[in-house]
Amino acid sequence: MNFPENLKYTKDHEWISVDGDVATIGITDFAQHELGDIVFVDIQTQGETLNQHDVFGTVEAVKTVSDLYMPISGEIMEVNAALENAPEDVNIDPYGKGWMVKVRMTQPDQVAGLMSAADYSSSVGA
Amino acid sequence: MTEQAALKSTALTDLHISLGAKMVPFAGYNMPVLYDNLMQEHNTVRNAVGVFDVSHMGEVFVTGPAAGDLVEWITSNDVSSLYDGRIQYSCMPNEQGGIVDDLLVYRYDAEKYLLVINASNIEKDLAWIHKQNEKFGATINNVSDEHSLLAVQGPKAAEVLQKLTDEDLSAIPYYHFKVGTMAGIEGVIISNTGYTGAGGFEIYTKNSDARKMWDAIFSAGADSGIKPIGLGARDTLRLEKGFCLYGNDINDTTSPIEAGLGWITKFNKPFVNWEYHKKIKDEKPTKKLVGFKLVDRGIPRQHYPVCDAQGAVIGEVTSGTMSPTLNEAIGMAYVPSALSAPGSEIYIEIRGKLLKGEVCKLPFF
Repeated sequence: MNFPENLKYTKDHEWISVDGDVATIGITDFAQHELGDIVFVDIQTQGETLNQHDVFGTVEAVKTVSDLYMPISGEIMEVNAALENAPEDVNIDPYGKGWMVKVRMTQPDQVAGLMSAADYSSSVGA
Repeated sequence: MTEQAALKSTALTDLHISLGAKMVPFAGYNMPVLYDNLMQEHNTVRNAVGVFDVSHMGEVFVTGPAAGDLVEWITSNDVSSLYDGRIQYSCMPNEQGGIVDDLLVYRYDAEKYLLVINASNIEKDLAWIHKQNEKFGATINNVSDEHSLLAVQGPKAAEVLQKLTDEDLSAIPYYHFKVGTMAGIEGVIISNTGYTGAGGFEIYTKNSDARKMWDAIFSAGADSGIKPIGLGARDTLRLEKGFCLYGNDINDTTSPIEAGLGWITKFNKPFVNWEYHKKIKDEKPTKKLVGFKLVDRGIPRQHYPVCDAQGAVIGEVTSGTMSPTLNEAIGMAYVPSALSAPGSEIYIEIRGKLLKGEVCKLPFF
């Protein structure tokens, strides 16, 4: 299973990529595999400012529904509109085309408290 | 004891684990919900052939001179219309207006019937059947723990199984069965039934023969793309066909008339609580189980509220999923009869929002 070294991870199976004060967020390879075929990504929080651990959306597989949690606090600047018609991108390319939101971080220091690829990998037993 | 340790196994549980299946507790059994990919498993059954281990299902023989009278009394369908080798879908009404279980009734002969019941209801059903039997005196024999059941489903199922038996499978029509030899195993129940709407057979063996049967079926099906299929795909397959699932769409409180099971509720004979259901039928039910599709983007799930255009709650989703075949969000729900006609507009409350849906005819596909 693939957990890129340049990303940070949460116990809720989100990944985060940081560029200045902007973070890109998605779900991990482990998460997409556990969910199975993703058929709907429902994110209605564009423009909202949310706290770390808040729900920013929902991802639905054929049989299951999972909430998506903010790894850090910030404003949802952009939602990946392509997922509306191609939710399977989350399965196929979870760290690339399957990204979910871009967030302007309000407390960038929270990033330091997230998991490294090695820590996340061992936490999921992968 | 851990939950895992308390679960029952089928004769094939270790095999499923060795095949890499994701195992889940289901009706007290450790069952494969998924082997690899739900959509692929679903499509394998729709397009080719797949095999489900559904050995958790319950099997109860009812025998003796009073067998027919007992089965007629406890089930809603017309047992007198059966003949030897004929199978009937039916339900067992309770005395409170609901359903104890839905089941298949197999007629071997006038004094021997096999009832195939849901795993989650085996104990409840047996207690109920024994209670009703007090005034009949039939012999009741629960053989659930001794029998395995493989559902071989899909358009290629018959051609695969035909390689394993001298019985002419084309001479066993839908909802008929024969006891014969398959894969060198004698006394196998070959039943033209299933829960997928994809065609195929259900094969009952003794537990000790289950592995041999499984291996023979997979050898025979190798060229046909045969695959093991988990309970996850079993649910999406049955829902696309609008088949009721006990515990979701029907339960101890739902009338078969309301559930669209009027076709298995025959009033040419008395059965448990028949007057109540006759009255519902004659006076028209106030609510009905319907199929619907979501028009807005979203996926309905069990227990989501069903609302009218004003947002008032009028019912509840009983089953829902994204249909792998149609790539549309589908579900079943009880709604007031006034909103039960195909084309009626209903709304499903999903995460605080009302999403528009439309009642449609069943099956979905």
